[in-house]
Amino acid sequence: MSAMDPSPVRPGFAGRLRAAALDAVLLLLLPWLIPPYQTILLSYGLIFGIAALGFNLLLGYTGLLSFGHSAYFAVGAYAVALLGKYLHVTSMELSLLGGIIASTIISALFGAVCVRYTRIFFAVLTLALSQVLWSLALKFYWVTGGTDGLRVPTPSLLGGLISGTGDKVLFLSRPYYYFVLVVFLACVAILWVIVHSPFGQALQAIRDNETRAEFVGIRVRGYRWLAFLISGVFTGLAGGLWAPLNGLVTPDIIYWPFSGRIVFLTVLGGFRTFTGPIVGAVVFNYLETYAVGTTVYWQFVLGSVLVVLVMTMPSGIVGTVAQLVPRLKRAT
Amino acid sequence: MVTLAIQVLNSLYYASSLFLIACGLSLIYGVMRIVNLAHGSLYALGAYVTAGAVLLAGTQPSGLVFLLLPAGAFAVAGAGAILEPSLLRPLYARAEEYQLLVTFGLLLILEDVMRFFWGALPLSPSAPADLLGSSSILGTTYPNYNFLVIAVGLLAAALMWAFVYRTRFGVILRATSQDMRMTSALGVNVKRVYVLAFAIGCFMAGLGGAITVPITGAALGMGVDALVLAFVVVVIGGLGSLEGALIGAVIVGFFRTLGINFFPEVELAILYLVAAVILLVRPAGLFGRP
Repeated sequence: MSAMDPSPVRPGFAGRLRAAALDAVLLLLLPWLIPPYQTILLSYGLIFGIAALGFNLLLGYTGLLSFGHSAYFAVGAYAVALLGKYLHVTSMELSLLGGIIASTIISALFGAVCVRYTRIFFAVLTLALSQVLWSLALKFYWVTGGTDGLRVPTPSLLGGLISGTGDKVLFLSRPYYYFVLVVFLACVAILWVIVHSPFGQALQAIRDNETRAEFVGIRVRGYRWLAFLISGVFTGLAGGLWAPLNGLVTPDIIYWPFSGRIVFLTVLGGFRTFTGPIVGAVVFNYLETYAVGTTVYWQFVLGSVLVVLVMTMPSGIVGTVAQLVPRLKRAT
Repeated sequence: MVTLAIQVLNSLYYASSLFLIACGLSLIYGVMRIVNLAHGSLYALGAYVTAGAVLLAGTQPSGLVFLLLPAGAFAVAGAGAILEPSLLRPLYARAEEYQLLVTFGLLLILEDVMRFFWGALPLSPSAPADLLGSSSILGTTYPNYNFLVIAVGLLAAALMWAFVYRTRFGVILRATSQDMRMTSALGVNVKRVYVLAFAIGCFMAGLGGAITVPITGAALGMGVDALVLAFVVVVIGGLGSLEGALIGAVIVGFFRTLGINFFPEVELAILYLVAAVILLVRPAGLFGRP
């Protein structure tokens, strides 16, 4: 979007904050307005929203397309599952911390390797590394359960204050939803600050022109690595939140089509905007659930949506709406 | 000694089927700079078409069944000739992220197209492999069909090389790959070159699926598995290089046989690690242009 954008009303910071607060209040009230199943579905959407926001720090803000983000999501999820199985950790906060630490280590390591390259080589390298983890999870079945995966019991929240031993649906649709919501809002706030900080601006400079960014004095590779790390950690955090909600962690979430799904939902929402990935994640989640529920050919539905999307509205849902709104306003 | 001979044959067999998939992937990347995520699914489509044809032909074993083998390759080449102008051509001017996404969407679509036509149960058209029987190598029986696969792989490699380096169209292909605009300015119909290159790449993938399906069978998800292995091959050999695809296929075939025999737990991880190490040392692969 250029500076000469003709749209007369661009919401300022106060306007955006008000809109965000309104959304947050709506999300707070929703569990009382919609059935539990829908609330759980929304939790999935919010969790993938965190993953997509983290992913988009790389794609949208740094200009690096990772096709291996399933790895960090899965590391977070497996860390929570393994902590529960072998160390009998029931506290969600503790397991989540474990997930964050594990995904920090893995993304720091993989990032150091991957950020030496850009463009297609970056994508292929991230994919190859994520598949190393996939084959390890598959083959070391005595630790990871192989294709059967690991069961993740319902955790307790707030240091045992809210236990997860009661009705599972009730737990997931109320306390756990709020837990996810709080983490989600915190992640949105943190990432918003990051992309609007000097660091975030530097990333965008690298995305737009690497050579110029370097001449301005930005350590391009170091910044890319840091962006990779932050991106991986947020995706890992999402994986950690996802594990108890899903109740089962299998190698499917490390296999490369899962990375494709993270890319898909980010582009669906629009990767040139901050809020796009969140919208994409929630919409994709409903779309997938609906498609899986109505037809066995749900992959066909999703694939067609993706192809049509890329062909006709490459700026995603949020980007397209942002372009349409001023036009509609002028027309009326 | 006997096991060694068998293992060498096994790795050649793997290498041959891998080369057929990977050389198409590499050719398409080399000419139009597109990483085709649906390439594995095109390989699977070739396998399914041939499997369907062989099974339709009935249970009567006859030599005519071999004539059905190339059906998959030609069907996939035809599909490629339709897909390139309709799906990929509008995207050449856009960022490569979009090309990856469209081919990923195509992968999802193809997966369900195969489910629709051939159902969710695996197909095993073993008639051609059964017909050839097996021979004894130093006292161990070895299926003759594997020799056919190795021969087809070698033949495909030789023909591909002759085609790219010894024909007029090969010159045009290489020119387009080096500088599309310049070639276009010299009067070459680049659109036609792209369609043909994509169709040839698809043909190879379809051939890979068609020739191995009597042994491996056709199952949903085989394309997704195959793509990652093909990726490893082209990453090792260098994206866009035919020699690289051949050498990469031999290396991967060798490491795979080695891994299956000695380190079955980490067999796949070894392959990815080999690819990652080669990418680190030579980012463009062994034969790639940086």
